[in-house]
Amino acid sequence: MLKAAHKTGLVFFPAFDWAIDPTHPEREERLLYTQDQVTEEGIFDIEGILELKPDLISNQDIQRVHFCIPDEETITTESHLISAGGAVAIAQAVMEKRIKRGFALVRPPGHHAMRISHGGRGFCHINMEAIMVEYIRRHYDVKRVAIIDTDCHHGDGTNDIYWHDPDTLFISIHQDGRTLFPGSGFTGELGGPNALGSNLNIPLPPGTATEGYLYVLENTILPAIEAFKPDIIVNSAGQDNHYTDPLTNMKFCAQGYADLTRLLKPDIAVLEGGYAIEGALPYVNLGIILALAGLDYSRVVEPDYNPEKLQQAPQVTEKIKKTVDIINTHWKNRHKMRESAGTPGDIQERHREIYYDTDNILERQKEKVRICRECGGTFEVESTAMPGSRVLAIHIPQYACHHCQEKGYEMYDRAPKNKYDKVLLQDKPRDMYVTKQ
Amino acid sequence: MIIGLDVGGTHADAVLLSKQGLERQIKVPTDTSNLFETVLTGFNYLLEDIPIGKIKRVVISTTLTTNAIVQKKFNTVGTIVSSGPGIDPEWYRTDANYHAVGGSIDHRGRERKPLDHEEILAIAHRMKEKNITILGVIGKFSVRNPTHELEIRDLLKNQFETIFLGHHVSGNLNFPRRIATVHLNASVYEIHRDFFHAVKNSLEQKGLQIPIQILKADGGTMNLESSMAFPAQTILSGPAASVMGSIAYAPGDMDAMVLDIGGTTTDIAILVDKVPLLEPLGIRRGKYKTLIRSLKTHSRGIGGDSHVRVEKGKLKIGSGRLGPAMAFGGPVPTPTDALIFLKKMNMGDPLLAQKGIDSIAQALGIDPEAAAQAIFKKTCTMILEQAQALIHRINTKPVYTIHEFLAGYAIDPQKILLLGGPAPYFAQEIEAQSGISTEVVPASSVANAIGAALARTTCEVSLLADTEQGKAMAPEEDFTRKISHKFTEEDAVEITHDLLLKKALKSGADIEDMAVEIIEYQKFNIVRNFSPRGKIFKVKMQVKPGLIKAYDAVCHHCTINPDIEKGI
Repeated sequence: MLKAAHKTGLVFFPAFDWAIDPTHPEREERLLYTQDQVTEEGIFDIEGILELKPDLISNQDIQRVHFCIPDEETITTESHLISAGGAVAIAQAVMEKRIKRGFALVRPPGHHAMRISHGGRGFCHINMEAIMVEYIRRHYDVKRVAIIDTDCHHGDGTNDIYWHDPDTLFISIHQDGRTLFPGSGFTGELGGPNALGSNLNIPLPPGTATEGYLYVLENTILPAIEAFKPDIIVNSAGQDNHYTDPLTNMKFCAQGYADLTRLLKPDIAVLEGGYAIEGALPYVNLGIILALAGLDYSRVVEPDYNPEKLQQAPQVTEKIKKTVDIINTHWKNRHKMRESAGTPGDIQERHREIYYDTDNILERQKEKVRICRECGGTFEVESTAMPGSRVLAIHIPQYACHHCQEKGYEMYDRAPKNKYDKVLLQDKPRDMYVTKQ
Repeated sequence: MIIGLDVGGTHADAVLLSKQGLERQIKVPTDTSNLFETVLTGFNYLLEDIPIGKIKRVVISTTLTTNAIVQKKFNTVGTIVSSGPGIDPEWYRTDANYHAVGGSIDHRGRERKPLDHEEILAIAHRMKEKNITILGVIGKFSVRNPTHELEIRDLLKNQFETIFLGHHVSGNLNFPRRIATVHLNASVYEIHRDFFHAVKNSLEQKGLQIPIQILKADGGTMNLESSMAFPAQTILSGPAASVMGSIAYAPGDMDAMVLDIGGTTTDIAILVDKVPLLEPLGIRRGKYKTLIRSLKTHSRGIGGDSHVRVEKGKLKIGSGRLGPAMAFGGPVPTPTDALIFLKKMNMGDPLLAQKGIDSIAQALGIDPEAAAQAIFKKTCTMILEQAQALIHRINTKPVYTIHEFLAGYAIDPQKILLLGGPAPYFAQEIEAQSGISTEVVPASSVANAIGAALARTTCEVSLLADTEQGKAMAPEEDFTRKISHKFTEEDAVEITHDLLLKKALKSGADIEDMAVEIIEYQKFNIVRNFSPRGKIFKVKMQVKPGLIKAYDAVCHHCTINPDIEKGI
């Protein structure tokens, strides 16, 4: 009888009654064929595979991660709360050892949602993985987390949320930002001064095939994870690297995804993008599920799979090798980079513009972070959205040192009320979220 | 008048009902080696001095197929499966005569790889050499497109006596279960056919001309003719009979729990507004996972004859049965002995019961009265715990839409209905412990046979319409129709409804007993490159399980004549 080698939990929430709009790629039909394939294969009858029910997350769960402007209710729908709840349900089951690993097949996705969220970016409003990670950091004994984002688009939302966090190793592999939304995720984007090198961005040239993905995995990602020693590994499992995806230009396949999953051994995988809903998703999801469960997936092959057409060009291979060398050098120098990033106690400033393609909003940010060797460092962000409001958001990190905790309240108290529509403070050590307006 | 007959593992219950109520009832010990004799004995008693023309309906529920499966008394069958990409079909091997062949149909029902006729003919040739005459053919996604299964059948129809096809058993997806279901149907086919032909012939000899109805696991009936294509649907009809027998006493507009307390096990079922809950996919018992429509009944190893003992200073009850109660000459103490000791039940030998209770009391270091009370209370507690566990499982079942998620109907029983021999003795305590109004079903010892007698004919139809591919199909019914882009939700429901009525009438339903409902409805826009290409509609409808209208008052008269029980 078919039996999973690792007890594996699945949350399947296809949200068959939710879409961004009727012809948008992120619509009701997206997981229909995946559901058909998974059901026809009898996945939920396999011994050792459990189907779990998601719960709704609360505003407090969102507030551990995001500053939602104007508020949580305005920028989320029930679907977002259930989708994040699906990730949380898997994480709870893993932490309570009811399962060894799990996969949240949920929609809508979340990895483009940043810490400050004025609305939808890249089909995302709130960040499922970050909400899940902060939930387990609060409720269980978990500190060090590795998040490996294998969606074809740069996971800029998750990258932003963990930009200053030295206890989270965030790695994103994605199609080069010069050729694809959101246009970021270059090798030099390594994290804030207190967390340099704990963010690794690995852009891949269009035409990267299975060979290239596995090369990056084995030569950069797995060694970095091994050195980082995470308590838990999370995979943002986007499926748009597939050779049939309509939005991207890669040559990855179901067998490749399953191999990647088998080698990465994530404790928790969360579905992100992937819009080849008929030709790719049913096979890729099946491959990932079987690989997580430690079952044979050698016969999970797309009907139109043709290995000759999926060869990787030599110049692509060359480019990938060079990128891997650059990343490995950064990773090796991460401690040195942090030492020379600034003087502890000083404030460093960053200015940027963020475009919300889904909701057509332009946001300007001015960020000030306290240089700190003891913790991730408190920071404040002045954010102005057009259309939208102007707020000041202050974040005291989960493992903040005494100085940074004080600094956070100083920033909050000093902020002039009349200058902002709202001043918000995320006090992670006390699990508090306060606002004044 | 109506005859209901439920052949169980230890005895058969038979009833004769008229519109006035229960006319006759009988309990016959089951002769497992000759079920036919058991059935005939029942009929002979019920029909004595009754003008045969007065019998308008006969419903039979037997353990025939269940026993055949448990005892592996199968006829040999061949199996051919065609899987395409996915999990290796070797995992679903049924026996030595199982063969996986090429060919592939995808999730939208498109052919991705044709069949290899040479390969199939070679396999058939080997089966013929083994004298295999019954064949099962199952394709992955055959409910999306049955052409490969039909192609294999057409290729081999002259070489086999009977061929069972996967897309006929259910509209549900689940390839491994489809394989198991076809295999069960094919395996019990001969034993089912021979038995019921014998029953039919002997009833005809008595002058009975009406079609025989057979009870299914979903608490509905089908006629003999329909049953030949799906004999495995008769497995586990016993628990369904009991549930159907309790329905008349269930409250409307609220949830009820049915507990059928037997000797070895307690069967638990849930009624919502008098309608029993069904398994979402099909019967799942041990290694058998099937697509056979079934009531959601959970059988748990706690009953009147459960083995009572003391382990590490703690009282243990069940899950096994080592024999009858000591009061009836059994080897070990049981909850029934506690009932007799406590003088709640006035049967058997009280001295033997006391002996059993004494041994438990001694091991626990308490007096016998306290020991008997402890056994009695714990039995009730265990039964209720199992029932609560089932409700919890139902209420935590995942859903797939936001609407369902937020609607989140949770089962919350306001009534407990008890059935089975020991039921009357436990009722008070179960009510006290659960705080839920508890009632013993009248004539509870033959409620199963009454349930079988009054169960309506049920069936289910699944329709899939895909306007991009321009077709609507219900493969179970061998139905395909071309449709245009203008096809609507109303069209989908109307076609499904027509198919359902046709199927129900063909299975022997009465037109006035069509309690039809939509159990699944989904609609999707097919969009490619930001432009709509068509729509997919999925509709599933059923005639829900329930009692036939003409006799719905009968149950309330079932207690008027308590003296008519005759034992043999």
